[in-house]
Amino acid sequence: MINLVKKRLRRTMMFLNAQKPGLIKDPYIYKPDSIILDLEDAVAENQKDAARFSLYHALKEIDYRGCERVVRINGLDTPYWLEDIRCAVAGGCDSIRIPKTECPKEIHRVEEEIIKAEKDFGIPEGRTLIMAAIESARGVMKALDICEASDRLFGIALSGGDYTKDLQTHITGTGIELMGARQNLIIAARAAKVQCFDTVYTNLDDMEGFRKDVENIHLMGFDGKSIVNPRQIPVVHDIFTPSGKDIIFAEKVVKEIEEKKKLGIGVFTVDGKMIDIAFYDGARRTIELAKASGVYKGDL
Amino acid sequence: MEIERPAMAGTLESSDCQVTVEPGDGRIDLTLESAVINQFGNQIRKVVFETLNQLGVDNIKISIVDKGALDCTIKARVEGAVSRSADHFVNTLWGGV
Amino acid sequence: MINAVGREIPEEILKQTGKEPFKGNHYFDGYEYKKDGPSTRCVINSQGSKLVENIHEVLVKCGIQDGMTLGFHHHFRDGDYVVNMVMEEIHNMGIKDLTICASSLGKAHDKLVEYIEDGTITNIQSSGVRGKIGRAISEGKLRGLAVMRSHGGRVRAIETGEVRIDIAFIGSPTCDDYGNCRGIGGKSDCGVLSYSMVDADYADKVVAVTDCLVPFPNFPAHISMTKVDYVVVVDQIGNPDKIATGAAKPTTDMRKLMMADYCTQFVVNTPYFKDGFSYQTGVGGASIASTISLAKIMKERNIRMKFGVGGLTKPMCDLLENGQVDALLDTQDFDLNAVESVINPKHFRISAGEYADPFNKGAVVNKLDFVILAALEVDVNFNCNVVVGSDGIITGAQGGHPDTAAGAKCTIVIAPLLQGRIPAICTDVTTVTTPGESIDVVITDYGIAINPRRQDLIDSMKNVDLPFKTIEELRDIAYSIVGEPERVQFDDKVVGIIESRDGTIMDVVRKIKNFEFSGE
Repeated sequence: MINLVKKRLRRTMMFLNAQKPGLIKDPYIYKPDSIILDLEDAVAENQKDAARFSLYHALKEIDYRGCERVVRINGLDTPYWLEDIRCAVAGGCDSIRIPKTECPKEIHRVEEEIIKAEKDFGIPEGRTLIMAAIESARGVMKALDICEASDRLFGIALSGGDYTKDLQTHITGTGIELMGARQNLIIAARAAKVQCFDTVYTNLDDMEGFRKDVENIHLMGFDGKSIVNPRQIPVVHDIFTPSGKDIIFAEKVVKEIEEKKKLGIGVFTVDGKMIDIAFYDGARRTIELAKASGVYKGDL
Repeated sequence: MEIERPAMAGTLESSDCQVTVEPGDGRIDLTLESAVINQFGNQIRKVVFETLNQLGVDNIKISIVDKGALDCTIKARVEGAVSRSADHFVNTLWGGV
Repeated sequence: MINAVGREIPEEILKQTGKEPFKGNHYFDGYEYKKDGPSTRCVINSQGSKLVENIHEVLVKCGIQDGMTLGFHHHFRDGDYVVNMVMEEIHNMGIKDLTICASSLGKAHDKLVEYIEDGTITNIQSSGVRGKIGRAISEGKLRGLAVMRSHGGRVRAIETGEVRIDIAFIGSPTCDDYGNCRGIGGKSDCGVLSYSMVDADYADKVVAVTDCLVPFPNFPAHISMTKVDYVVVVDQIGNPDKIATGAAKPTTDMRKLMMADYCTQFVVNTPYFKDGFSYQTGVGGASIASTISLAKIMKERNIRMKFGVGGLTKPMCDLLENGQVDALLDTQDFDLNAVESVINPKHFRISAGEYADPFNKGAVVNKLDFVILAALEVDVNFNCNVVVGSDGIITGAQGGHPDTAAGAKCTIVIAPLLQGRIPAICTDVTTVTTPGESIDVVITDYGIAINPRRQDLIDSMKNVDLPFKTIEELRDIAYSIVGEPERVQFDDKVVGIIESRDGTIMDVVRKIKNFEFSGE
């Protein structure tokens, strides 16, 4: 079964410590596309159990008003991840984010546990999606296999901190150390027709640097970015929102293609540009993005 | 569930609450300290009793210092403290009875 | 009797105070009365100095006795030493039954609780009280009724003679030996002395207290020697670090930034936002952020502000520095930048009377286009509470809230929908301090509600992309998240009144009661 929400808009995926009630009570007011309720790095070793109770009841009782609710579980090399999955699935999360993914087998292991949990807790089978975080050189090299490991997998995300350590370098702020990984992941994701998300930008004092970073990954083709503070949301949404000019052009392209298809015309021009059916998906995507960003007022 | 030993869950941060439990003397004995006790004292008590009831706990001393936690947080902290007091960490009956 | 904001004012309180219940903002418009005046002891001799050895001596010279009323200002905020210094001496002298009539009282005055408990102080009249005095009043420890009145209301009460101040103490950052006071030039600068100007005009005895005696003439005087009886020099009138703090760093809290953005967007889309508009704002993170973003839009659209009013902070003074406003009208300074700006020729000092008194021939607040305010609670009738906390204890001050709200053409209240678990938008506020008829817009992180009385504003926002909701919708959202709050349980005993700016009774404050679970 193919889950239709796999392709939803995910420009911003905001990390929140699942153990902090003050953070998880109403992040939706900042309108991120997704929130990632974290059971892994943000939660201290001796609070892993308490974080799950906090997560479960938040998922059950808080109306996140359309934000996708992703849960980052602990690594498969820890004693926590099995119970993490049971808790997250029972709470009705939308997706599980697997950290430190290096091979398709890990996706399969998680998927098995999700299936079990969906059965145990009466969740419709296939409801819980998966995303995989790539945090190592090996993970980057296996990206395509990982992308194709499960029907539930909607995307992969680069996790730059651990990845640069593995590469024996560090985050420089220039992006130079991430070039290869970013390029590799976006290519793999596109080949597998899943989404791709960029790593966090942690220097909150440098909003200019953040904007440049987002502009770059937007041009590279990423679908969105992991973020650590609500202040980053408007910047990402601004960059990912199509311009008025783009929207008008996309609207013409969609309408013309639909029109001309009926007439059996394959190639034609819009505003002096040669257009054929290959432009259709891109133009549609622009309209969808414009709609999601609240700037499209047309009738498509 | 039986309260085997004293245990605690939660923090004193805003929107959280700190729950301490210990074996009781045959009943549920609740002490509540809260900045919003006037507005939500009765509601908090109701949530605590319902949560304990669902866990099958009826012999407990439970004290709560509340910093404006929502019901979901109160439930989480009560369950957290009770499960710690019984060393119960896996195969939780999420939402089950 | 039920007043115009639906509050039950007990008959015995009306009888005891001789006051009327609140009947609406304009009940007294056009009312005529004769102002009260102070008794004055002429100084014709040429002794040349009004210096008195110490506080004790000056109290003796002023003829301090049981039952007197003393005036104080709050320009030193949490850094004030003057009130405690004077009251300690009075306490040592065994004087009883005093009324404190201060422009405000705060945490700096926690020590007064002892004097409330032993009967030295039996009445308090103030804009509000924070800290331990608030708790003491709410616990019923004050023998008389506490009277909370706005900055404008205090001037009215003094000018009409409703309150007679026997001795006013004016903490003054600099003063000469003949009583010329200034808010600047010393070691504990507060910038202006606006709240004390009415005390200087109407108190029978006026005492300047300074820690920086300067040569005569200390000109231009903020308070003139012609009104000052005595000058006392003390070691320290206050703690400079708490009087004027460094400018607050602009907030990085996204919730506040969001509300600030909503506020700015609202302001610029009203018909009042045009060249020559006037504006007042508070010191909260959101209002400061809103002033900063407004300044940007003013620049882009080439719009200048005619005047800015109020308690001033750096962002308002920056407008003056950058030539974006013609004049600042100053009643109080909250940071060092504001204090330093006082010497700017376009930075004008005004008295609390000029600022906000409803019983003079017209105050500055009446000329305001916008005022941006905060509130602890706002109810579905737009009534605001800024004095009584969610625990039922007096914890805030009216300040100029009701004055500016009544005067401004567009009164905006910014409040996060939830303060912890307490909904800021509710069915009924705990205590009404500012009537809903004065409040035009409420901005929260969950949406914006325009008062239905302001159809004109609703119309002007028709095509504006902001999250508009009804006030009831905002309340319902709040209740759906935190649950419906129960009302605070109070004792029957009334411990204080919230006085409307015109002297009628807006609401009463009752003694708190220990919480008890229902059904136990």
